[in-house]
Amino acid sequence: MLSTVLVVAPLVAIFVYLVYKGASSLNLDFFTQIPKPVGEAGGGMANAIVGSAILLAVGSLIGVPIGISGGIFLAEFGRGTKLANAVRFTADVLNGVPSIVMGIAVYSLIVVPQGHFSAFSGGVVLGIMMIPTVCRTTEEMLLMVPNSVREAALALGVPNWRSVLAITVKTASPGIITGCMLAFARVAGETAPLIFTAFGNVGRSTKLSEPIAALPLQIYVYAISPYDEWHRLAWAGALVLIMLIVLAVSLVRYVTSRGVMKGAS
Amino acid sequence: MGVGIEVANLNAWYGANHALQEINLNIPANHATALIGPSGCGKSTFVRCLNRMHETDPIAHVTGTVLIGDLDIYKDANPVEIRRRVGMVFQRPNPFPTMSIYDNVAAGLKLNGYGNRHMLDEIVERALKNSALWDEVKDDLKKKSGASLSGGQQQRLCIARALAVDPEVLLMDEPASALDPVSTAKIEDLIFQLKAQYTIVIVTHNMQQAARVAEKTGFFLNGRMVEFDLTHKIFTNPSDKRTEDYITGRFG
Amino acid sequence: MTRIRFQQSLEDLKEKLLVMAGLAEQAIQRATEAYRERDLSICDLVSQGELAINRLEREIDQAALDLLAMEQPMAGDLRFILSVIKINAELERVGNAAKSISERVRHMERMAAAELPVNIPRMAELASAMVRKSLQSFIEADAEMARSILTMDDAVDAMNKAAFKSLIKVMEEQSHLAPQALNALMISRSLERVADHATNIAEDVIFWVEGADVRHHKSMNQDHGATG
Repeated sequence: MLSTVLVVAPLVAIFVYLVYKGASSLNLDFFTQIPKPVGEAGGGMANAIVGSAILLAVGSLIGVPIGISGGIFLAEFGRGTKLANAVRFTADVLNGVPSIVMGIAVYSLIVVPQGHFSAFSGGVVLGIMMIPTVCRTTEEMLLMVPNSVREAALALGVPNWRSVLAITVKTASPGIITGCMLAFARVAGETAPLIFTAFGNVGRSTKLSEPIAALPLQIYVYAISPYDEWHRLAWAGALVLIMLIVLAVSLVRYVTSRGVMKGAS
Repeated sequence: MGVGIEVANLNAWYGANHALQEINLNIPANHATALIGPSGCGKSTFVRCLNRMHETDPIAHVTGTVLIGDLDIYKDANPVEIRRRVGMVFQRPNPFPTMSIYDNVAAGLKLNGYGNRHMLDEIVERALKNSALWDEVKDDLKKKSGASLSGGQQQRLCIARALAVDPEVLLMDEPASALDPVSTAKIEDLIFQLKAQYTIVIVTHNMQQAARVAEKTGFFLNGRMVEFDLTHKIFTNPSDKRTEDYITGRFG
Repeated sequence: MTRIRFQQSLEDLKEKLLVMAGLAEQAIQRATEAYRERDLSICDLVSQGELAINRLEREIDQAALDLLAMEQPMAGDLRFILSVIKINAELERVGNAAKSISERVRHMERMAAAELPVNIPRMAELASAMVRKSLQSFIEADAEMARSILTMDDAVDAMNKAAFKSLIKVMEEQSHLAPQALNALMISRSLERVADHATNIAEDVIFWVEGADVRHHKSMNQDHGATG
């Protein structure tokens, strides 16, 4: 009971404070308008919200498949091999790289050759940051599937690859999805790597080849600015960011819980 | 219909451990054959060589011949094909946890690309009837998950799943050891009925069970097959003293 | 060694059977002595002994049944318990034979003594020896010894047949001795039966030790005209 309170308390405290500071600035404009020039009142973060969504979509498209494939390889096909150890080691190292370094790396690899900042490069860096979490949780969840289930499938004359995908992965899918959600929630709030890749955009850009706004980035820029108006928007942005993450996570949980058989252990 | 199994000079290793030594054995078709012996004697390893599950362990290897019908299972076919002809039921019931009863039984077919809805319904019904589970689950086939059944029912579900792919041989590795006496009795009655259509090999450490269901019994000890004979002879007047010592409980 | 309690139970069962054997042998000896001495008090002893024999028969059967139900005996153990049950029955019948003999002796005591051309004590000695030897083969689990008893039966059979012939002759030629002769005939038949029981015990021992069923070998040979 005590530990539950201790864990939930900071979350509740942050949420309450954000509501206190940012709720007053939430109105329809916030979600539909783009930032107004300095000095003018009003405006919103519509572009940043859409931008974050696009960046996270690209990132997930890159990070989730690669991460899950890696996890499947580590757990089902490469157990004990040197290659698997190398992969696991790489994932752990990648996990520990500071996000700003990630941003700089992708900057050199994509932004510089292309000659411009882009939503694409922002998506790439977020995707790469998702990989280690997705990969390791996938591996762990797969290892938790009891061997008896694998043997049951093999004994029916199901080829190994099919057994892995249709049975083992399916059995572990609730856990794997949780892993993806964790990774998603983590990169949703990343700011530093986006500085050198997505760069931010005051306009309504949705093109992958152009710089794009992102909520955390926008919040950062507004928060360190000297303008009260922008501070107000920053608080609102922070509140919206948290709410969107909670919403996304809840939605995924709901959808997947409908899909899993009732009564399955 | 079941087929006979001929085993010649079978040796099996786990790495350096010579788990089975020079096994020679003829298992008759459409009969139940029991394999008994103390823990670690190799009977489970032997049975897993019959459906090439032994080699799922990377450090395992096998020499010798196993003929199922006329098919040399190590030379003339790959493991996946063999396992469709030789089904297996395990010691602990292991239904697929994310699947309904229906999907569990149909799994062997669906996962191998067989999708004809109408035929699947028939096959599932027949398999569940053959494993004496149909009456208990026919109203909940798609609503209940395989894992929500009782232990005895789960084991019969696993038997139905194995039967649905229409094997010729059914291997049972201590199928009732995790079950209560009534469930055990039901499984044994089932084996009696299944004998007519399949060749059954049952590993058991329960000698009374071997005596109840099997026409022939083989006694394994330390990786060798010591004696293989009609069940009633093994249990009333075995030829080898080691067999006698084991079945009268005078071992070590 | 495992199953120590079970093996102790088997030993106990064996002990009980040997006590039974002792009682049966004693009954035959007493009956024979009663015949020789024409002593009715010994006949009383035989009657008393019969009660003990019957009680022990029930105890042994019950003990054997319990072992079958509770211990799931296999192979040699199973054959042992089965042979104990059968030998038990044979010994009880030996006791019955002794009782029959002592009843005949009571009858004869009321008659005049007579010299009859039949050696009852000798037959009794042979029959007793067979019973003793069959139990010895049981104690020692010696199938060879048991087999030798099967041939001893022939001698007793021959003596019985001879007794039959000569006693019939007595009844024809000296009709005043007919009652005595008849009684002697019945005693002879009882002793022949005792020898048969000893033979059966020997066959049961062979079954236990070798797992071979050697019963009715004579009649089977006659039917088929060939061995086995």
